[in-house]
Amino acid sequence: MRPGHNSKRFSWLTIYAVGYMLFLYAPVILLPLFAFNSSTIIAFPLSGFTTEWFTVLLNNAALGESVENSLIVAVSTAILSTLLGACAARASARYRFPGQRGMIAFIMLPLVLPEIIVAVALLVLLMQLGLSLSLWTVIGGHTLICVPYSIAILSSAFHGLDRSLEEASFDLGETSWGTFKRVTFPLVLPGVISSLLICFTISLDEFIIAFFLTGTDATLPVYIWSQLRFPTKLPSIMALGTILLALSVILLILAEWFRQRSAKRQGVEASAAGGFL
Amino acid sequence: MILGREARQGLTLISPTMIYALLLLAAPLLTVVTFSFWTQDYLTIDTTLTLNNYREAWTQPIYRILILRSLMVSLVVTLVTVLLAFPIAYYLSFHVTRRKALWLFMITIPFWTSYLLRVFLWKVILGYNGVLNSALTGLGIIDEPLTFLLYNINAVIITLAHAWAPFAILPIFVALEKIDRSLLEAAEDLGDGPVRRFFRVTLPLAMPGVIASILIVLIPTVGDFITPRLVGGTDGLMIANMIQIQFGKANNAPLGAALAVSSMVIVASISLVIYLAGKRFGGKTQ
Repeated sequence: MRPGHNSKRFSWLTIYAVGYMLFLYAPVILLPLFAFNSSTIIAFPLSGFTTEWFTVLLNNAALGESVENSLIVAVSTAILSTLLGACAARASARYRFPGQRGMIAFIMLPLVLPEIIVAVALLVLLMQLGLSLSLWTVIGGHTLICVPYSIAILSSAFHGLDRSLEEASFDLGETSWGTFKRVTFPLVLPGVISSLLICFTISLDEFIIAFFLTGTDATLPVYIWSQLRFPTKLPSIMALGTILLALSVILLILAEWFRQRSAKRQGVEASAAGGFL
Repeated sequence: MILGREARQGLTLISPTMIYALLLLAAPLLTVVTFSFWTQDYLTIDTTLTLNNYREAWTQPIYRILILRSLMVSLVVTLVTVLLAFPIAYYLSFHVTRRKALWLFMITIPFWTSYLLRVFLWKVILGYNGVLNSALTGLGIIDEPLTFLLYNINAVIITLAHAWAPFAILPIFVALEKIDRSLLEAAEDLGDGPVRRFFRVTLPLAMPGVIASILIVLIPTVGDFITPRLVGGTDGLMIANMIQIQFGKANNAPLGAALAVSSMVIVASISLVIYLAGKRFGGKTQ
């Protein structure tokens, strides 16, 4: 770029960008503000500093249970989605076969389907089969919507893989399992970890599918939804949201770090948007 | 059909994921379509095929109003989101030279806060005693708090435009990044001014990204029921709320299925039209 070439437009755009970022961060900034605010009413002006709402969370049995449920769901979803995502990503990056594009497109479909459609469709099928709702049904639905994200992340990892490394391993007498374990897997490991973290984060926050498919065991977002009706519960919900935000940011930073490391390890320039698209 | 070794290996490898998608996506979607031709009486399902659900979905004014409103809201949200996102994507691609990845990361962070809480916080911002009203009255810009902010379609549009922002920015950014910068210089050398150059070179080349973000925002917003429920008031309810009610309290899953199928068919047709129109405008760039 030639700086100064269109400096006037540049400055207008910069002002716009700053304003836009303020718009994006407006709700997020409020979260910790109200979490540490001593008033029970979620409104300005702020009254005083307190950590009371965080201690309230500690003694909440229903919350503890929903956190436990959410962790079970999110961990299972992350593992299952990454396994299924790895198969599809590897197949699309390494092999050519008839129907490939169509299959990949179909597997990626949940990315653009409204979640309520996915949720309702799964619910109807379960009703017809006479299966009861449980955490497993939530895991099934979450895996369906997480697999496309996993494929997106792992595709770039598998595409960047230098095929000659695997060929060298075969030539040196390794079996295909040995090659996978000693060459392929270590090279794509950062991508795998990044996929696990992203799927975990998506599942932990997903509400609509969990709302339709959960039985008696509420997940964390379902619990939050039930609490939004009670004004007295709101400050502690803000505290909970603050903890979740901090946790998500840490997980995402880790995921991004692993993704860039994966790209570096393969000698590919880390494309900024590669992890998201 | 005889397949080569490579094709067989590829098919074997993709089969677990494909089977999973068939079982948990294709089968449920087919069931929901079938279901929409059935009827429900309390707990018993009558499996005689009938078009009654569709007749009700398409003739009852309440459903028509909700579907039309959902489409209108989604289209406005899409328009607003993409128009607001384009300059940011353009800024990132053309004016940010260092730390692009950090910018992108900063853009996505707000969207990893709990979706429910983000919608709820917009309620706090837009409410009668909310952040915006207290700031405006505090600054003396207005005397009375504004009441048109919350519990109507405006609130739904603002909240959704916020929720889908990164999904609109990223595809446009990727498309802009792909543009060969020498094409822009060529346009300039051939005498195009900045505005002309933008409309004749940059925008058509960025079109695949713009179309992608339009579709990524349009399709899922039609199906949102949290935002209308929390900030929409009674005049801001959308079709997804009705679908949820049919599957829940109203206990009429077949009608809910018919409403879901109808809205999906409408959205899919609109998407197809947008896709084809975009392809024509952008030419064959990909």
